[in-house]
Amino acid sequence: MEALVSILIGTLTGCGVYLILRNRTFPVVLGLTFLSYAVNLFLLVMGRLTIGKPPIIAENITEYADPLPQALVLTAIVISFAMTAFVIVLSLKAYLEMGNDHVDGKHKS
Amino acid sequence: MISHIAILPVICPLLLGALLLLLQKQSLQTVRAVSVVSVSILVVLTGYLLDIVNEGEILVYELGNWPPPFGIVLVADRLAAWMLLITSLVSLFALLYAIQGTDSDGPHFHALFQLQLFGLNGAFLTGDLFNLFVFFEILLLASYGLLLHGGGRLRTMAGLHFVIINLVGSTLFLFAVGTLYGLLGTLNMADLAVKAASAADEDVALIRTAGLLLFAVFALKAALLPLYLWLPAAYAYTTAPVAALFAIMTKVGAYSILRIYTLIFGSQAGSVADLIAPWLLPLALATLIAGVLGVLASTHLRQQIAYLVVASIGTLLIAFGINTHTSIAAGLFYLPHSTFAAAAFFLLADIVATRRSEMSDRFEPGPVIAYHRITGTLFFIVAILIAGLPPLSGFVGKLLILQAAIPHAALPWIMGAMLITSLLTIIALARSGSMLFYRAQLPQTPHTTTNNETGSQQKLTSGFSSLAIVVCLLALCVALTIGAGTVSEFTLATANQLLQPEGYVQSVLGTAR
Repeated sequence: MEALVSILIGTLTGCGVYLILRNRTFPVVLGLTFLSYAVNLFLLVMGRLTIGKPPIIAENITEYADPLPQALVLTAIVISFAMTAFVIVLSLKAYLEMGNDHVDGKHKS
Repeated sequence: MISHIAILPVICPLLLGALLLLLQKQSLQTVRAVSVVSVSILVVLTGYLLDIVNEGEILVYELGNWPPPFGIVLVADRLAAWMLLITSLVSLFALLYAIQGTDSDGPHFHALFQLQLFGLNGAFLTGDLFNLFVFFEILLLASYGLLLHGGGRLRTMAGLHFVIINLVGSTLFLFAVGTLYGLLGTLNMADLAVKAASAADEDVALIRTAGLLLFAVFALKAALLPLYLWLPAAYAYTTAPVAALFAIMTKVGAYSILRIYTLIFGSQAGSVADLIAPWLLPLALATLIAGVLGVLASTHLRQQIAYLVVASIGTLLIAFGINTHTSIAAGLFYLPHSTFAAAAFFLLADIVATRRSEMSDRFEPGPVIAYHRITGTLFFIVAILIAGLPPLSGFVGKLLILQAAIPHAALPWIMGAMLITSLLTIIALARSGSMLFYRAQLPQTPHTTTNNETGSQQKLTSGFSSLAIVVCLLALCVALTIGAGTVSEFTLATANQLLQPEGYVQSVLGTAR
């Protein structure tokens, strides 16, 4: 399970880094999204992987899942969602103003 | 009331930002008045806060009365209050300049401005690492809006780069925060300081990695050498009041470096002590040199000022990098000076660019501008301030930093870099000043009559009042020079407080332990 999640985070990060180095805005936006997925997953597993354990104090239970990373991830998801929406609108605006979707706004020769 | 003063600088801009959104339908005059009054109140408030914490007390505000390290805390110590006061002063003058007409170029300027202050003040006050991330996002999101205010091709392009690089920075920040939480089980900065110092041996390497990742993020915000390339375009192409406000933005990165690496990774932190000591000083020196080379190569005034901001962050981080009481104190003296001077310069550049109409601020001989004598004099004073010539505060700041560097092993490097870059700055500014003012010619052919008419209208609207704001910012620098004794005593006390983080830790966790 740990290995699977690690590979998943690594793959997502790798794809994200590759995509943000592309020269068109759409892959860059996708890359940012991949990176934020990777980091959200990373934050979540920082509370350690647990199955079937409650995050809230209850009777007759001695082992808990850590609730804090879940709260952190919720915040991070909301923020990255808002940022993605913003960067999509901004890249559309850039596309409309430049007439192309190159990240430096270059015209095709 | 007094116990709640630590949260007021955070909560007031938030509520006002929301209120200003509602007032948008009202006349622009109302919105402007509310905005200016609220920022003026913020200046008084932060001044009062500084007065309280100047006794050496550290105010800890527990949100929702949850005791730390479980709840989120706001911590107001000398450094936080000092940064708050500088922010509110800069933002007041940026706002006063904006209401001369810049704010009507696009919607929601004032609401975004308040939210920007919300993020800045929160970042300075928070005592929780994840909360620092959240406030960074708030101030960045507001800054994206402000940066793009007014629109235009170049501005959109610079904005896109700024947004993308900061989003990558935010992701790195979260990776670092996640690693620290996974290893140490806390995000409260005081608690992190305690736990990091007594970390298990097998975790040390990962904690150091996380600490260095955080440094990369803060270096990005502060515009340190390999990560400064976003700054010149972003600052040069945005509107003048926003650029003036952004003079404080790079200082948020510098503040975070100072806070995290004295508190959590300071010299008392056992196996993770002095984490960035081998990195900070060389990078700062390289930033200073690269910034000044940019200043020399700039083709228009606002770009030149943006590179001056890079150079000033280099100087500031040299002071922090030397990492002694006196050098941090010198840096904290230099910080307000460089902020006020850069803000004043951005505003002045806008005045010059507006008056030169279609010539803008390119370094080409242009027409003689209105009020050229007073504008030229102001340019001269700002240039002296920024280059660090006597008798103004730039000189005092650089002198203090050089004095603090004398016992340091890298003294020749520091001395050489700072003195040579000062000389190069003087040369560059003298060249741009003579290009803009001395070599100005009377217009020979009136082939652009329409442009001249709009130009003269703009001159009428931005008459003496906009110059007066620049004068006010310069007066702050003069006050900093005259009150240098008092201020440097205060900054020395701040440095002492920073280098003895036990006080901070005890104030935050005192009740819990």
